[in-house]
Amino acid sequence: MIRIHLLKLLTILISLTFFIRLFGLQVLDKDYDKLSQNNAILEIEDYPERGFIFDRNGKVLVSNQPAYDVMIIPENLSPFDTLSFCKLTSIDKKELIVNLESARKYSRRLPSVIVNQISKETYARLQEQMWKFQGFFVQKKSIRDYRVNCGSNVLGYVSEVNGEDLIKDKYYRQGDLIGRQGIEKSYEKELRGKKGKKFLQKDRFNRIIGPYKNGKYDTEPSQAQNINLTIDIELQSYGERLMKNKRGGIVAIEPETGEVLALISAPSYDPKILVGRQRSKNYMELANDTISKPLFDRALLAQYSPGSTLKPLNALIALQEKVIDNKTKHSCNEGFYYAKNAHMDCNCKYGTKNDLIKSIHKSCNTFFSKTYLNLINKSKSAINGVEIWKKYLESFGLGNYLGYDLPIGRPGLIPGSGFYNDLYKGEDWSATNIISNGIGQGEVLVTPIQLANFTSAIANKGFYITPHFVNTGNKEKTKVKLSKNYTAVESNYFYNIIDGMHKVIEEGTARIAKIEGLNMCGKTGTVENFTIIKGEKTQLTDHSIFIAFAPKENPKIAIATFIENGYWGSRWAAPISSLMIEKYLNNSTTRPRLEKRMLNGSLEYEYNKPLSGVNFNINE
Amino acid sequence: MNKTFRIDWLTVVIYFLLVFTGILNIFSATYSSEGFSYFNYDNLAFKQCVFFIFSLVSGVLVLIAPSKFFQRFSSLIYLFSLLLLIGLFAFGNTVYGHKSWYTFFGISIQPTEIAKFATNLAVAKLLSEIQIDLRKIKSLIQVFLIILIPVILTLLQPDFGSALIFLSFIFVLFREGLNPNFVFFLATSLVLALFSLIKPFFYVSVLLTGVFACFYFLSKKINKKVSIIPLVTAFISSCIYVYSINYIYNDLLSQRHKDRIDIFLGKETDIMGVGYNLNQSIIAIGSGGLSGKGYLQGTQTKGKFVPRQHTDYIFSTIGEEWGFYGTSIIIILFATLVLRILFRAEHQKNVFGRSYAYGTASLIFMHFLINVGMSIGLVPTIGIPLPFISYGGSSMFTFTILVFVYLNIDANRLNESRI
Repeated sequence: MIRIHLLKLLTILISLTFFIRLFGLQVLDKDYDKLSQNNAILEIEDYPERGFIFDRNGKVLVSNQPAYDVMIIPENLSPFDTLSFCKLTSIDKKELIVNLESARKYSRRLPSVIVNQISKETYARLQEQMWKFQGFFVQKKSIRDYRVNCGSNVLGYVSEVNGEDLIKDKYYRQGDLIGRQGIEKSYEKELRGKKGKKFLQKDRFNRIIGPYKNGKYDTEPSQAQNINLTIDIELQSYGERLMKNKRGGIVAIEPETGEVLALISAPSYDPKILVGRQRSKNYMELANDTISKPLFDRALLAQYSPGSTLKPLNALIALQEKVIDNKTKHSCNEGFYYAKNAHMDCNCKYGTKNDLIKSIHKSCNTFFSKTYLNLINKSKSAINGVEIWKKYLESFGLGNYLGYDLPIGRPGLIPGSGFYNDLYKGEDWSATNIISNGIGQGEVLVTPIQLANFTSAIANKGFYITPHFVNTGNKEKTKVKLSKNYTAVESNYFYNIIDGMHKVIEEGTARIAKIEGLNMCGKTGTVENFTIIKGEKTQLTDHSIFIAFAPKENPKIAIATFIENGYWGSRWAAPISSLMIEKYLNNSTTRPRLEKRMLNGSLEYEYNKPLSGVNFNINE
Repeated sequence: MNKTFRIDWLTVVIYFLLVFTGILNIFSATYSSEGFSYFNYDNLAFKQCVFFIFSLVSGVLVLIAPSKFFQRFSSLIYLFSLLLLIGLFAFGNTVYGHKSWYTFFGISIQPTEIAKFATNLAVAKLLSEIQIDLRKIKSLIQVFLIILIPVILTLLQPDFGSALIFLSFIFVLFREGLNPNFVFFLATSLVLALFSLIKPFFYVSVLLTGVFACFYFLSKKINKKVSIIPLVTAFISSCIYVYSINYIYNDLLSQRHKDRIDIFLGKETDIMGVGYNLNQSIIAIGSGGLSGKGYLQGTQTKGKFVPRQHTDYIFSTIGEEWGFYGTSIIIILFATLVLRILFRAEHQKNVFGRSYAYGTASLIFMHFLINVGMSIGLVPTIGIPLPFISYGGSSMFTFTILVFVYLNIDANRLNESRI
């Protein structure tokens, strides 16, 4: 029996074994499909050109330029004159050897970059001598071309994706560019467009032998969008020049629309240095400058005490809460005692009696402290009082993120009852404990863009539109909600405040900011500030602040300027704001001496004081 | 006497199906839409058609030949094929280090293929001799000589794979009364050979000592009277055998053959090196999935990732483009063909017809086992064609003749006398 059936049994047995093995290979195990995809199909991406960025007047700020990478395919390489190659491409010989080695390690058949982004001129020179360098070739790619040397904090920059990006968003592949900061980041999707895909069939030598399935699975790239900024690049550039050798920020907003006209952070850097071969070196230099922090956008991120610039808001709240009216007067005797042994200093002369308008343009601490005490004490308790006050301020866009369309920001701080309960650790506290808030010198923190935004709300008499940087020309497409945000203070209360702010320029603290033929409103601020030197809290020269809008009727620009350690408000911030306003509204400036002083003035000596290690005087 | 002539149509149908599958897939494996090619592959499917027509015409001539013709001329055919094999050493062409080919006017002939058919005839003829009895040593020597001469000539080319195919005849001999001990002996030899290649000599000899000692003490418990001499002889010869396998592997085999054995044994995992063929073949087949990528759509096939895909690795093209459905059908076709011939063999009235049919089935089975097994990584990489499907004139001709002689004998079986 076995003699007859052995081979039959074997045939059946072997066939079954084959079935099982094939079922496992072909049906159960899906890995082979991937392996096949990997070694037979090349997926290449078809990149649309990154969108351009224009300013509000249609000037091109960012476009693209071709960059040339010198590539090699190691297996095609033959001995070459390394010296002349290094000279041509200005690459270090050591670097060349390292790059060649890593290219070899990566793949002998696939191209690798040897010299990154050579210039057009170098490319032209290299091209003539290319025949000397077997196995080398030049690959063209597109990189950013900055047409201006300012606005880097708004524009942001692009760089190659890193491992984290690759995990976060499956869209990106190794070597892709991604917006890292500013508009490049927040409008990344619009600017990059959508890359298409091409599938190519490879053979076993990794050569491309044609489209895979005649391009059946290929997708076309979709066009990238251009971005129109609300920034006026002339104003931006002017502001950056004014801020040279100073630290701080300027934010200018068109009140009616909420469009940001200029966003200046100083010190800053030329956006051009973050493209090209020196990119990483330059970036490291910027990132390592921990003293002046050029990568830190002070206009959006720095949180300062608002100082006297908060006074108009406190007055508005007091008016709305009927704590004062336009006839209310408080007497000031170079300040006043608000509690036993607690004196509030003021610049007013002994025996002065100030009404609201006068208090604003004289920046009377006494009036605003007394008003603040009355405001808080009007409620059942200080806890309720401070919460009511907080609500009002929040309606001016303070104490929270503004929601503009740049990727970074800070909420600032409006202290509420919870904050003070924590601060005083459960002990009772009353209005007198928090009296500094009345003059903007307490725990309140604001960012320069928040300052500009509430100035805009005052200019609008009771509403602001969320500041934004991109004009899409289409409300639906805008990333920011463009409806009016009404303040909790009704618009009829604004007239007195605006009159007061007008007088600040005409006869008050900021007469230096007066522009002939222009009705401008403003408010200075001078902020005490401290730092820690060798473990000791040390006071530094005051910050100089100014908020303003113009013209008084139908305002076109609202501005906030913050100069770190600029001493008093009208010393630096007011003239700079004034020049900015003049430049924007009149397109020219008429005060060459003031302008020259502002442009050339440097506060570096102030910034060096705390670093010098020796004792120093402030507010000189 | 009234002649009856009944053709085994099932075999004929399977034959045609397999040949057409072959031509179709050779076209795909060598097809290039871009006209890209270093070699002129373009007309290989057409050439296979020419081989097929030539083989078919020869097959029909064989079919209508007198039924006794092949039995009568088997010795002559066998001697002729031996002459062709010997002639290789004088006139053969060396391709890839093998002296396996004659080349006339651009046509290559591989005599080893023809020798498979001739040996089948010769074995059947010998077994049908009335004085042959496989229980006798003399008969055994005669039969093994007939098989071993072409094996040795093939090994000298050297063509290890084709020589291995001659193992098929062990099935014929077993069917015709070969002592099962021989088969057992052969099987143990194979297992031992395998062991000695995987494990060092010392390890295997210790293992052998253990096995023999156990066997001795166990049998002593059962039987008490166990002679130790045959056991010791067996032990010593086993050791010598294992040692010689090691010697052959280490000192006689070329690196290429060693590599192939190593891959099979799982010793090597270097994907881009010697395991490349097998790995690419498995990727191609695996990526085919259930229903395949479609005819002419196989990416691995198009990229020519699998070397020799139109010859030895044709099964990977089928696997990639026709999927599990395709490979299943091919396996069913081969299994049916082998089983069909085996069943019909049992109906033969004389030993010649039965042995010949058995040999035919065994040869097809062996090729199928090794070729498909190799393509899916179950058998070491041994370069032999898949019958009827792989590209190649000699293989096509041999298997066609092999099957058509079977068809002739099968069709005439009712006219045969029982001898």
